[in-house]
Amino acid sequence: MDAQFWTYLFVGLSFAGYLYIGYMNRVRDTKGFYVAGQGVPAIANGAATAADWMSAASFISMAGLISFMGFDGAIYLMGWTGGYVLLALLLAPYLRKFNKYTVPDFVGERYYSQTARLVAAICAIFVSFTYVAGQMRGVGIVFSRFLGLTIVQGVIVGMVIVAFFAILGGMKGITWTQVAQYCVLIFAYLLPAIFLAGRVTGIPLPQAALSFTDVVPRLHQLQLDLGLPAYATSNRDLIDVFAITLSLMVGTAGLPHVIVRFYTVPTVRAARYSAFWALFFIALLYTTAPALAAFAKLNLIEQLGRENAVEMVKPGGELAWASTWAETGLLGYHDKNGNGKFEFGPGDAFIKKDFDNPNPDSVNEVYIDRDIIVLSTPEVGGLPAPIVGIVVAGGLAAALSTAAGLLLVISSSFAHDIYYHMINPQASEETRVMAGRIAIGGAIVVAGYFGINPPGFVAEVVAFAFGLAAASFFPIIILGIFDKRMNDKGAIAGMIVGIVFTSIMIIGMRSVQLMGTDEALIGPFFGISAQGIGSIGMLLNFAIAFGVSRSTDEPPDHIQEMVENVRIPRGATATQSAH
Amino acid sequence: MDQEKAEAYWKENITFIGILLAVWAFVSYGMAIILYPVLIGVTMPLTQLSVPFWFAQQGSMFTFVILIIVYAVQMDKIDKKYDVHE
Repeated sequence: MDAQFWTYLFVGLSFAGYLYIGYMNRVRDTKGFYVAGQGVPAIANGAATAADWMSAASFISMAGLISFMGFDGAIYLMGWTGGYVLLALLLAPYLRKFNKYTVPDFVGERYYSQTARLVAAICAIFVSFTYVAGQMRGVGIVFSRFLGLTIVQGVIVGMVIVAFFAILGGMKGITWTQVAQYCVLIFAYLLPAIFLAGRVTGIPLPQAALSFTDVVPRLHQLQLDLGLPAYATSNRDLIDVFAITLSLMVGTAGLPHVIVRFYTVPTVRAARYSAFWALFFIALLYTTAPALAAFAKLNLIEQLGRENAVEMVKPGGELAWASTWAETGLLGYHDKNGNGKFEFGPGDAFIKKDFDNPNPDSVNEVYIDRDIIVLSTPEVGGLPAPIVGIVVAGGLAAALSTAAGLLLVISSSFAHDIYYHMINPQASEETRVMAGRIAIGGAIVVAGYFGINPPGFVAEVVAFAFGLAAASFFPIIILGIFDKRMNDKGAIAGMIVGIVFTSIMIIGMRSVQLMGTDEALIGPFFGISAQGIGSIGMLLNFAIAFGVSRSTDEPPDHIQEMVENVRIPRGATATQSAH
Repeated sequence: MDQEKAEAYWKENITFIGILLAVWAFVSYGMAIILYPVLIGVTMPLTQLSVPFWFAQQGSMFTFVILIIVYAVQMDKIDKKYDVHE
C-alpha cells in the first residue's frame, strides 16, 4: 500500500461523507435555502463559520508564509482573527435580530434604497467571485499533486461535489457539510503539528512549545548567520504593519460569506455564542500555525545542513523524504560548494526554479516552496506515510467548505437581492428557490472556469477582496446599527467614495501585476501598501457618510424605529414567522 | 418596553463594548505594533520570546477568544437585568 492509495482512501471517504450529509439536508423553501431555517445551534454554527472562513490558503499556505515572514506574519495572524471580535461585538447580534437573508438585504432596508441594495449586491458578488476562483484552483492543484489527476480534472471533481450539496441543500446542506469539513481539517492540521512539536522540542503542545522553548531565538540567530532576513523582529514599516492588520481585521468583519453565517442561528444570544465558538475553532489552527512555521523551518535548515546530507537524501537514506518532495517540485537542493551539505542563503538557489540549473550568482543551495511547511509535516514529524493522505483530505475540506459558502453568497445576491427584490417581487416561493438553485449552479460553472483558467493576478485580487469589504460593507453596517441618524444619502456617498478610492489605489499600486506597466502608477500612500489601503478607504467611508448625513434629512421614522428594534435582543424568534 | 429603559440598556451595552474594544486594540495594535520599538528588547515572562513577538503570534489571539466569551456571558446578565432577553 503506497501513500497514494491511502490518500485516495481518505479523500474518497471524506467526500462520500459530504455527499451523504448534503443529501440528508436537502431543502425546499427559501428560509432553508438561504439561512438554514435559522435552526443551527451556536456550536455547530461556530464550526461551520470556522470552516467557511479558513480557506485552502489558511490551511496549506499560511504557516509557510509565516515561516518566510517571521515576526511580520503577525499581520495575518492578528488580522484574520481580530476581525471576529468586531463581528461578535458590533455586527453579529444585531444582524441576527434584523432577521433577513443577505447582507444587501440589510443595506437595502436600513437605507430604504434599491440603489444601495444594488451597490451592495454587486460588491458581494465581486468580493466572493474573487475569492472562490482561488479555492477552485486550490482543489485542482491538490488533486494534481497528490492524486495523479490533471488540474482540470481536479477542478471538475471539486465542482461536482460542491454542486451536489449546495444545489440540493442550499445553506442547510452547506452548513452541516462545513461542520464535517471543520472536523476533518482541524484533525488533519493538529495531528502532524503535535508530532512535529514533540520531535523538535520535546513538548507535544505546539503553542506551549513555541512560547517556552528556544526555537524562535535559535531560528532567528541561524537566519542572521545565513544572511536571511531576521525572524523574531520586524522587517517592515510599522505603519504598514498597522494598516494591513487593520484592513484585514475590518475586511474579515465585512466579508458577506462570514456575516451571513450569523443569520442561521435561532436567537441573538446564539449569535454571540457562535461568534465565540467560531473564533475558538479558528484560533486552534491559527495559534498552531506560527509554531508549525518556526519548527518546520528550523528543522529543514538543520536537517539539510547536516554533515554528509548529500548522501542522506538519497533513497533509503535518513533524509529520504527530501527526495520524495524534490520529485513534486516543492523542494530543490544542490551542493554548489561541494562540502557535502545543503546550505540556505540569500537569493535564488536555481535559475527560474529549474532544479537542473543552479544559480551560480547565489550561495543559496536550497529552494523551498512555502506550501511544503504544512504538507511535509507528517513525514518530517516521523509519522507513517498514510498520514499525508489525511493532510490532503484536510486541505480539500478547507477549500471546498470556503467555496460553498462563497457560492451561496453569489447565488443569494443574484436570486434574492437582484432577481426577487428588484426584478420580480411577485415570484412564488417555488420560483425563488428554483432561482437560487439555478444561480448557485451558474456560479459553480463560472468559478470552475476561473479555476481552470485563472486570471494571472489571482494573488493580487485577494488584497482587493479585503480592501473592498473593509471600505464598503463594514462602515455602513456599523453606522446603520450604531448611528440612528445615518441616512440613505450618507451611506451611499460613503460606500461609493470608499470603493472608488480603494479600487483606484489598489489598481494603481499593483499596476505592474494587474496591467503590466513597467512601474507602479501610484507609490505607497504615506508608507501604506496596497494590502493596507482598505483601512484608509474605510476611514474615508466613515467620514463622508457622517458628513453627508448630517447635512441632509433625517431618515424616516419607521427606519429609526427599526434601528431601535434591532438593538434589543428580544423578539428575534417571534418576528421570524412574519417574514 | 419604555424609551428610558431602552436607552439605559443601550448605554450600558455601548460602554461595555467600548471597554472590550480597548483591550482588543491594546493587545494587538498596542503591544505588538505601537509599543514594538520600546518592548522588542524585553522578554515575555516565562517564555523565550520578546513581548511584541509573543503578543503578535500567540497572546493577542488568546485574548480575542476570551474577549468574546466574556462579552457573551456578560450580555446574558445585562439582557436579564433590563428584561430584554429571549
